[in-house]
Amino acid sequence: MTTITRAVRANPPLAIGTLILACVLALTVLAPFLAPYGVAEQSILDRFQRPGVKHLLGTDQYGRDLLTRTLFGGRTALLLGLGAVALGLLLGVPIGLASGYAGGRTDEAVMRVVDAFLSFPALLMALMIVTALGASTAHALLAIGVASAPGIARIVRSQTLAVKHEEFVLAARAQGDSHAYIMFGEILPNLLPPIVIEASIRVGFAILASASLSFLGLGVQPPTADWGLMIREARQHIFLSPWPLLCPGLALALTIVGFNLFGDGVRDRLAGRA
Amino acid sequence: MAFYVARRTLSIALVLVLISLIVFVAIHVLPGSAATLILGEYATPESLRALERDMGLDRPFALQYAAWMGGVVTGDWGYSLAMKQPVTAIVGLRLRNSALLAVFALVAVALIAVPLGTLAALRRGRWLDLAILTGSYIGISVPEFVTGMVLILVLAGPSLHLFPTGDYAPLAAGLRPWLSHLVLPALTLTLVLLAHVVRQTRSGLVEVLQSAYVRTARLKGATERRIVVRHALRNGLLPAVTVIALDLGYLMGGIVVVEEVFAYPGMGRLILYAIQNRDVPLLQVSILLVAATYAVANFAADLAYAWLDPRIRYQ
Amino acid sequence: MSGQAAEPALQIERLSVSFATPRGEVRALREVSLEIEGGEVFGIAGESGSGKSTLAYAIMRDLAPNARVAGGAIRFAGEDLLGLAPDALRRIRGRRIAMVYQDPKSALNPSMRIGPQIAEVLEIHALASRPGAAARALELLALVNIPDPPAVARAYPHQLSGGMQQRVVIAMALAGDPALLIMDEPTTGLDVTTQARILELVADLRHDIGAAILYISHDLAVIAQVSDRVGILYAGELVESAPAAQLFHRPAHPYTRGLLDALPDIDLARAFRPIRGRLPDLTRRPEGCVFAPRCDFLEDACTRAQPPMATVGESHVARCLRWETAMAAPPMRQERRLGAASGEIAAAVASVRNLTKHYDEPGALTRWLGLARPPVHALDDVTLEVRGGEVLALVGESGCGKTTLGRLVLRLLAPTSGAVTVRRRQSGAEVTSDAEFRRVVRIVFQNPDSSLNPMKRVAAILDRPLAIQGVPRRARRLRVRELLEAVRLDAGYLHRLPRALSGGEKQRVAIARAFATGPELVVLDEPLSALDVSSQASVVDLLTELRSRLDATYVFISHDLSLVRHLADRIGVMYLGRVVELGTVDEVFRPPYHPYTRALLSSIPVPDPSVRAPTVRLEGTVPSARRPPSGCRFHTRCPSKLGRICEEVEPPLQNADGTHWLACHIPLEDLRREPPVRPASEPDA
Repeated sequence: MTTITRAVRANPPLAIGTLILACVLALTVLAPFLAPYGVAEQSILDRFQRPGVKHLLGTDQYGRDLLTRTLFGGRTALLLGLGAVALGLLLGVPIGLASGYAGGRTDEAVMRVVDAFLSFPALLMALMIVTALGASTAHALLAIGVASAPGIARIVRSQTLAVKHEEFVLAARAQGDSHAYIMFGEILPNLLPPIVIEASIRVGFAILASASLSFLGLGVQPPTADWGLMIREARQHIFLSPWPLLCPGLALALTIVGFNLFGDGVRDRLAGRA
Repeated sequence: MAFYVARRTLSIALVLVLISLIVFVAIHVLPGSAATLILGEYATPESLRALERDMGLDRPFALQYAAWMGGVVTGDWGYSLAMKQPVTAIVGLRLRNSALLAVFALVAVALIAVPLGTLAALRRGRWLDLAILTGSYIGISVPEFVTGMVLILVLAGPSLHLFPTGDYAPLAAGLRPWLSHLVLPALTLTLVLLAHVVRQTRSGLVEVLQSAYVRTARLKGATERRIVVRHALRNGLLPAVTVIALDLGYLMGGIVVVEEVFAYPGMGRLILYAIQNRDVPLLQVSILLVAATYAVANFAADLAYAWLDPRIRYQ
Repeated sequence: MSGQAAEPALQIERLSVSFATPRGEVRALREVSLEIEGGEVFGIAGESGSGKSTLAYAIMRDLAPNARVAGGAIRFAGEDLLGLAPDALRRIRGRRIAMVYQDPKSALNPSMRIGPQIAEVLEIHALASRPGAAARALELLALVNIPDPPAVARAYPHQLSGGMQQRVVIAMALAGDPALLIMDEPTTGLDVTTQARILELVADLRHDIGAAILYISHDLAVIAQVSDRVGILYAGELVESAPAAQLFHRPAHPYTRGLLDALPDIDLARAFRPIRGRLPDLTRRPEGCVFAPRCDFLEDACTRAQPPMATVGESHVARCLRWETAMAAPPMRQERRLGAASGEIAAAVASVRNLTKHYDEPGALTRWLGLARPPVHALDDVTLEVRGGEVLALVGESGCGKTTLGRLVLRLLAPTSGAVTVRRRQSGAEVTSDAEFRRVVRIVFQNPDSSLNPMKRVAAILDRPLAIQGVPRRARRLRVRELLEAVRLDAGYLHRLPRALSGGEKQRVAIARAFATGPELVVLDEPLSALDVSSQASVVDLLTELRSRLDATYVFISHDLSLVRHLADRIGVMYLGRVVELGTVDEVFRPPYHPYTRALLSSIPVPDPSVRAPTVRLEGTVPSARRPPSGCRFHTRCPSKLGRICEEVEPPLQNADGTHWLACHIPLEDLRREPPVRPASEPDA
């Protein structure tokens, strides 16, 4: 108990963020066991129920259980958020690392292209890609992943520039290490802390962006349970019943807060140690 | 400074060309070609080829791009397939509407967020800072469409009905209707931006307050007020400004969502319309405009920053 | 106004300060007592971790939030500083107590002009009206010998050189006409010639302003030059305090003795012998004397309780039980010489021919647009040879091109023109293959904090060069252990990360890495300058041993002529991308001197208050390497410039002796007639 209070006091964002993420993760992983109803189970007679004993969080316009759908929606959100950021890292880290390490004209050229990509608001870029490929969950993941790559590349590049001038990089060159080894064996390990911070904040953004795509009808397609999609469907009926909007809305906000707090907490912790 | 400006100008020109290329490539070269976009996934190969010929899509890519870019530069922005009008005629009004929304939100943000962020930085670790920080966490984490719909639910619902749920009224219809249609979408954008800018302002200022020259000022015997006004604010807010400029573009994507929620006729909704109706010429120009506007705004922010920072100005 | 005349300006009594850290409470200062009279300069000397900056900020009442004054009192002109209310404190800060900081660049507000930053002090304390304050700022700039005060007052900090920035900070500190001036390492990070001028300024000012000065430095030589009285801090304790002459000539505390013996003295008057062991962990301070674990005079009583302050002489105290024995012990004479100093001339292992390196060459586009800036002339047309088995030192101030030259030799940079050839010592064959080159030519960098990857363990760091050279895995493991042993670290270090090592230990690992492949030519790029005095000599010992074992050749890059005098066989003196003088150590240290060498030598402070070398003043600052002066590059600052010939014609390389060359227009006979700057090479014992 004391260790917990000490952790909270030492770094509240990290402690609270970790707590939220742990809850979200547990709830979504255990969704099939926790959910009182089936995801697609409809009950026309129980439309727009308020929260009550039978439906803890109420029901939507088809009489589907909101608790169930919110729990399962978390799976889609985490899958999309984590998947998209993983893709973004896979693309962005090597580009930023190579560009920053190469320096000079190569770096200049790569960075102008990255700048051009960054001139598209991330959602717009994702919209463009989804438009070209067609709306689906996989395409949404691809689109958001690709759209986040330039930003990641930029951060990784600036961190690379900072590390590149450390003497250990020069020392590696002086002993005949290859460029590939220097980039991935010497520089990359030193970039991990900032990459972890960046990634965790970006998962929050990716979840938000994927929800936005779904909300616009260009991401996850019905009848999959997804928070953005649930809100899209709730939109016509908000004055009838606000619960179909509020449940997934709150879940979204809480999850994103969790990732933001976690990222900031890690940053504070690393800054404090240095 | 001249060197800096020249460099930046060159690079923004290059970026603008690249942006146009990205837009063009994204819509023309990706698997679903423009013709598929227009005719839908179930079109016959013959009809696709015919349309491609009509649109000049069978020509080499470079030629197509050159023709399109030539048009964009000379003011011939193409013809909207869905609206059956020249794109120039459609875009003007929407652009103005979106700009209106953005300006409202930005002014509100600048007026509220900067003082709030400053206050939080100065009261670091106290309850006021904590409250502002908590608020900003919530602000950046709630999606625009949720914020927007909650605002509709509360302020535009049948019980209160202070504002319309959406749409737009021209100024010609009177000041009141015009304003009342603007309030909710502007407020939604403001709330999201507010949180970001507060956080940036706070962290920029906190960093400066821990700098060696602020310590120098303190050890000169300067009062807290003097330290903040003469030493911290300028240096602390400047970097925040560029980050804000970067952030804004990131969030301008939100305009698509907000306009959709409030059925507000701006660029965001136009882009959605173009997507839904597979209107390629309209889509290309709209996206190009949004991206170019943002790139240019960023460029302006960079120059302003350079001019305000003597380390760059006197190089 | 400031009480009775007899009252000291500053009186610190049993001051203790501690910091709360995650590892526990760090006791940064423990029962420190001292007094400074008005008009007196009190020097505080100490190595890193001694608590000297903590002392300064404790007096300013500006300690970090996690610091706590655990006890004691600080009285300024009779007033208790620790008990002051915020308002009263503000009235004292900047007005009656002022401070000069270590890093002037970050101490000045980057977006405010110089004039207003100085005038601000007067405005805050209502000492002048606004126009009056501006006028006074100009006077203050003139007082600290800044040429053209109006222009500087209008400038922004980044437009000034480091030396000028420090003068500005001093002017700012003087603005309130303070009774106490605290100077915290004010010349650290400045070049020696700039440092000499700042020290000169401090000496002039103390007569003009009459303030008490607390001068803090890690550099004992600087302390010796400026102080009336000196206190030595070790691990947060004031271990000795005495009048300067007493302290440097008759030190009582074993630590003071050790510190003085550890100095590489330019006049070879000191032993240059390391202090063994390392600074104790300040969270777990030893029970007895804090220096006991490293002391040569240790007895049982020393480890039982903190020794009391013993009175050694008039205003001379030392916290030691055995000071009488320590004082009576004969002086150390264990002179270190790294160089081979053999008379014979060996064949060249590295030849540098017409080597030129320009950075930042403008591209075609910028040139076409007329935006091209001239490139940085880091190195211009340098020719020299490194002979087998020697230690060749390259010395010069920052920006002289010595590091660039080292990196060109290592093939870490590609030359703009010219060439470097490396040959094997035994066979004389040129080294061409890359693998062979990387095995035979190695480098040790200046800062081990930066040259060891913080994410890699010692074993991995030492294993890598062997892996690159294709040594089989099993042999590598054995060799890594041998290497660690060779640099006198035990196997327990294998699995440590660099951050768990002290500065000296880190540099040992870096040296082990350089020697892993059995090199023949090693470039040592300022390998000692990041280390504390007490560990420098032991690293030198290590380098000497490794060199004789491997018969290696060293290129020793340094800004520190004192070290070089101890360590080198030959010296190349560099200025703004050129070698201006080249010769054996003895040749370079006696006339004929190149005028720049002369200025450099005379700028070096000596750790002996009774020796004040006459300084040759260098006017102005080093010109921009983008636009180096025509003719002789030194002509803009040369005190013995002849005239137009120096501005227009590149000086010829004159041969003063078989092995002694200098690039100057002044006839050799004239240079020979000049008096020596330093005493004759061998000190009288």
